[in-house]
Amino acid sequence: MTKLAKPADLLKINYKPPMTSWMDTPTVYKPGTYSYACKPESLKIVDMPNPRTWQTTDEDWQLPENWKEIVLDGLRDRLQRFRSLKLFMDVCVRCGACADKCHFFLGSGDPKNMPVLRAELLRSVYRKEYTLAGKYMAKMVGARELTLPVLKEWFYYFFQCTECRRCSVFCPYGIDTAEITMLARELLGLLGLSIDWIMGPVSACYMKGNHLGIQPHGIVDSFDMINDDIEDITGVRLDLSYNRKGAEILYVPPSGDVFATPGTYSLMGQLMLFHEMGLDYTLSTYNSEGGNFGLFTSNEMMKRLNAKIYAEAKRLGVKFIIGGECGHMWRVINQYMDTMNGPAPDNLEVPVSPVTGTVFHNAAGTKMIHVCEFTADLLKHNKVKLDPSRNKGVIATYHDSCNPARAMGLLDEPRYILDHCVEWYEMPEETIRENTFCCGSGAGLGNDENMEMRMRGGFPRANAVKYVKEKHGVNMLACVCAIDRAALPALMKYWNPGVEVCGVHELLGNALVMTGEKKREENLRFEPLQNVEEDDE
Amino acid sequence: MSILVGLLLVVAIIAITYIGVEVLGLSALFGIVLPYVAVACFIIGFIYRIVKWAKSPVPFRIPTTCGQQKSLDFIKQNKIENPSSKGWVVVRMILEVLTFRSLFRNTKAELTEDGNLAYQWEKWLWLFALMFHWGFFFVLVRHLRFITDPVPGFVQLWEKIDGVFWVNLQALYLTGFIMVAGLGLLLCRRLFLDKVRYISLLNDYFPLFLLLGIGCSGILMRYLTHVDVTRIKELAMGWVTFNPTVPGDISIMFYIHLALVCVLLIYFPLSKLMHAGGIFFSPTRNMANNNRMVRHENPWNPVVKVHTYEEYEDEFRDKMRAVGLPLDKDE
Ligand code: HEM
Ligand code: SF4
Ligand code: SF4
Repeated sequence: MTKLAKPADLLKINYKPPMTSWMDTPTVYKPGTYSYACKPESLKIVDMPNPRTWQTTDEDWQLPENWKEIVLDGLRDRLQRFRSLKLFMDVCVRCGACADKCHFFLGSGDPKNMPVLRAELLRSVYRKEYTLAGKYMAKMVGARELTLPVLKEWFYYFFQCTECRRCSVFCPYGIDTAEITMLARELLGLLGLSIDWIMGPVSACYMKGNHLGIQPHGIVDSFDMINDDIEDITGVRLDLSYNRKGAEILYVPPSGDVFATPGTYSLMGQLMLFHEMGLDYTLSTYNSEGGNFGLFTSNEMMKRLNAKIYAEAKRLGVKFIIGGECGHMWRVINQYMDTMNGPAPDNLEVPVSPVTGTVFHNAAGTKMIHVCEFTADLLKHNKVKLDPSRNKGVIATYHDSCNPARAMGLLDEPRYILDHCVEWYEMPEETIRENTFCCGSGAGLGNDENMEMRMRGGFPRANAVKYVKEKHGVNMLACVCAIDRAALPALMKYWNPGVEVCGVHELLGNALVMTGEKKREENLRFEPLQNVEEDDE
Repeated sequence: MSILVGLLLVVAIIAITYIGVEVLGLSALFGIVLPYVAVACFIIGFIYRIVKWAKSPVPFRIPTTCGQQKSLDFIKQNKIENPSSKGWVVVRMILEVLTFRSLFRNTKAELTEDGNLAYQWEKWLWLFALMFHWGFFFVLVRHLRFITDPVPGFVQLWEKIDGVFWVNLQALYLTGFIMVAGLGLLLCRRLFLDKVRYISLLNDYFPLFLLLGIGCSGILMRYLTHVDVTRIKELAMGWVTFNPTVPGDISIMFYIHLALVCVLLIYFPLSKLMHAGGIFFSPTRNMANNNRMVRHENPWNPVVKVHTYEEYEDEFRDKMRAVGLPLDKDE
C-alpha cells in the first residue's frame, strides 16, 4: 500500500478542468484511489460469471471473447426494465447544477467525478448505440464506441461513486447518478468485474449470514463478550436469545456493530435499552446481517441477500422486526424489501410498540421499523430513565448517513434521541439532512487500498465537522450507520484528530439508568465518567 | 469547436431559408410544407418518446427524499419534500415544474485559501432558467392570437399585461426580451464557466443558438423590420383550418423566424429538449416515499436463488448444537 499524503498536500486540489476533453483524458489507476479486484472464489459462491484471478491494474482483464456484446445486450435489457435508466440517459441538459455536489469531485477535482460526467461515461455509449447523431457525429454529440479503455474507465469511476444520491437532490429532473452507478455496476458484473471489498462480503453474507462470514458459534461468542462488557459496566447481565421461535420481535443489527468498535458500543446501548424495556425479542444467526452489499452489486443480488430477513421472521414466527443503526441497510428495507421479497409473511403484524402501544403506521406494509423510530417513541412517552450527565464531556454533532437521509428521510428521530442524551450541535446547513455529505467510503469503497480516495471523498464531511469542532468544541461525531462507524474514525484521525465516532445509541446507553444497576463509573468504552467527581462533592 | 458548429448550423438554416424564399421563390415550401412536416414530426416524435419511456416499467419505488419522513406523530413530516401520498407528490411535482424547486437549492462550493469548503449563494442558474422558460411560455401564449379567431380573452388579457410598457407608440412585450436575455445568460454560463464549458456538447449549444435565433428574429421582425401581421395571420389561419394558401409578399425575416421554429419542432423530440416531458416521468421525484406502507409491484420481479435456513443449519448443525442454539432438525 502506498503512503498517504499529508492533509495539506491532499488539499492542493485543482478544480480547473484539463485542456483535453474528457473523452481524450486517459484513466490512470493511481495507487490509493482504486479498490482491489474481486476474487474468483467469491464470484463462484454466488454464481457470478467469469471467475478468475486478476488485478485491477492488469493490462489483460481476461474478459470473455464477446464481452462487448454482453455489455451492450445487458444495457439494452436494462433500458427495457428500468425507466429510471432510460429517462436518465435521455433528459440530462448538462446544466452543471450537480457538478460540485459530489464529495469525490470536491475532494479530487477530477472532472469525471462530477456526477454529470460520471453519467456521461455510460451515456456516451448509449448515444452511440441508440441515437442517430451519435452514430454519425460521434464525438461532437458526446458519443463513443465501447472499447476496453472505456470499460476500464467505467470500472474506475463507477467504483468511485458511493451511491450517495446527493447529486440527485440538486438535479432539476432528479437524475440520480447513484442509480446509473448501480446499473453500470450490474453491467460490469456481467463480465465478472467487481471489487474484493464488495464480493467478499456478498459471498460471505450469502453463505454465512453476515459480511465477515462469522459462523453461528462465533456470533454467540461475540454477543457473550458484549454481554460481559455490559455486566462489567452496569452490573446487569442481559438475557440474550438467538433463533428463538415465538419471540415477539426479531432484531436485525448490521453485523459491523457486533464485531467492531465503535459499533459494538452502540449495539450495547440498544441491547441495554431492549432489556430495560423488557422486550420479547430474539437475534438470528442465520440472518445476522442487516447490511446488504448486494445493493452495490445488482438488484438480483440485493434480493438474494435480503430474502433472509423475511424468511427468518417467518420461521421464527415473530410479530414484527426492528432494524439496527445501518445506512444502506435502510435504503434496502425502505425502498426495496417489500417489492423484492414481500408481501411480508402472514405471521407479521403492523408493528406496535409493546411499551407505549404506539402503532407504526409508516411500516404497515413491511412490518419493520428503525430502532431510532422505536427509541424516539419511548422517549416521547417518558418510558426511559436517563441521566444525561453521564455523557458529560462529550460534545457531539450528528452526521446524517446518505441513505437514511436521501432514501428514507430519517432525520429528526435520531436528533430527538440526541436531544435527550447529550450536548450537541448541528453542522452547517449545507452539509446536513438531505444535503448531507457522504463519509466517502460507502457502497463498498471503504477498503484500505482506496485510502487516498476515501480521505478525499470524506473531506467535505470532515471539513464540516472541523467547523463545529472549532466553534463548539465538538469531540464526538454521532451517526446511525455501521459503514460510517467503520469509515469515519479513520477520516477524523486524518482530518480532525481528537474527534471520536459513535452510534446514537451509544450515547443513549451511557445515559440509560437501568433497574438494578451498580453505580456507573465508566461509559460503554470503559472510560471513566466525567460526572463522577461532581456527584461525590 | 462544437460551439462554432452549433452556431454555423443555425446560420446555415437562415441562409438556406433566404436562398429558398428570396432566390428560388419556394415560399410555398417554406410557408406551408415545412410547417406541416415540422408539426407532424413534433407530435409523432413527442408521443413516440413518451411511449418509449412509459413502456419501460418502474421496478422500484426510489424517490429521493429531501426532508423528514412520515413516522411518529410528534415528528413533523416534510410533506412536500418527502411526500407519503399522491396528493403531496403532485404538490412536489408542481413546484418542480413551475418553480424549478430543485435548481433553487443550488449552492456553489469553493475551497478557501485556508483549506475550508465554503458554500455560496448561487441562484443564477435558477434565475436564468426561469427567465427563459417562463418567457418562452408567455411568448407562446401570445402567439396563440395567430391561430385563433376570435382571439380568446386570456390571450388578449395577457397581451395587455405583457405590453404595459410603451416605447415609440408601440407596446414592448417584456416576456420576449426576458426569454432572449435568459437564453443569452444561459449561453454565457456555458461559454464562461469552466466546468459547464467542459461538459457542454453540440447538443447543448445548438438548441441555445436555435432558440436565440428564433427570439432575435422575432424581436427584429416586431420592432425593427416590421411585417404585415394580417398576412401572417391569414397564413396561420390557413394552416389550422387545413386550407393553406401562401399570401403574397411577407418579409423574409418572417420566413427565417418560421424556418427556425420548424427546425426546433423537428429537433425537439430527438434531443435533450424532451426533458420537458421527461420530468414528469422521473421516479426520484414523482413517487411517494411510502414503500413501507404500501407495496410497490415490480412486474419482472426475478426469481432468485437464496441460501435457505435449512441449508445453513445443515452446514453448521454441530457447531450450533455445541453453543446451545435451537435446531429445526436435531438428528
Ligand atoms: C415542463 C416544462 C419544463 C421544465 C420543468 C424545464 C426545466 C428546465 C430546467 C430546470 C433547465 C435547466 C436550466 C439550464 O439548463 O440552463 C432547463 C433547460 C433548458 N430547457 Fe427546459 N424545461 C421545461 C420545458 C422546456 C421547453 C418546452 C423547452 C423548449 C424549447 C425547453 C428548453 C430548454 C433548453 C434549451 C434548456 C437548456 C438551457 C441551457 O442549455 O443552458 N424546456 N429546462
Ligand atoms: S443537474 Fe441533472 S440535468 Fe443538470 S447536469 Fe446534472 S444530471 Fe444533468
Ligand atoms: S451518487 Fe454521490 S458519489 Fe455518486 S455521483 Fe452522485 S454525489 Fe457523487
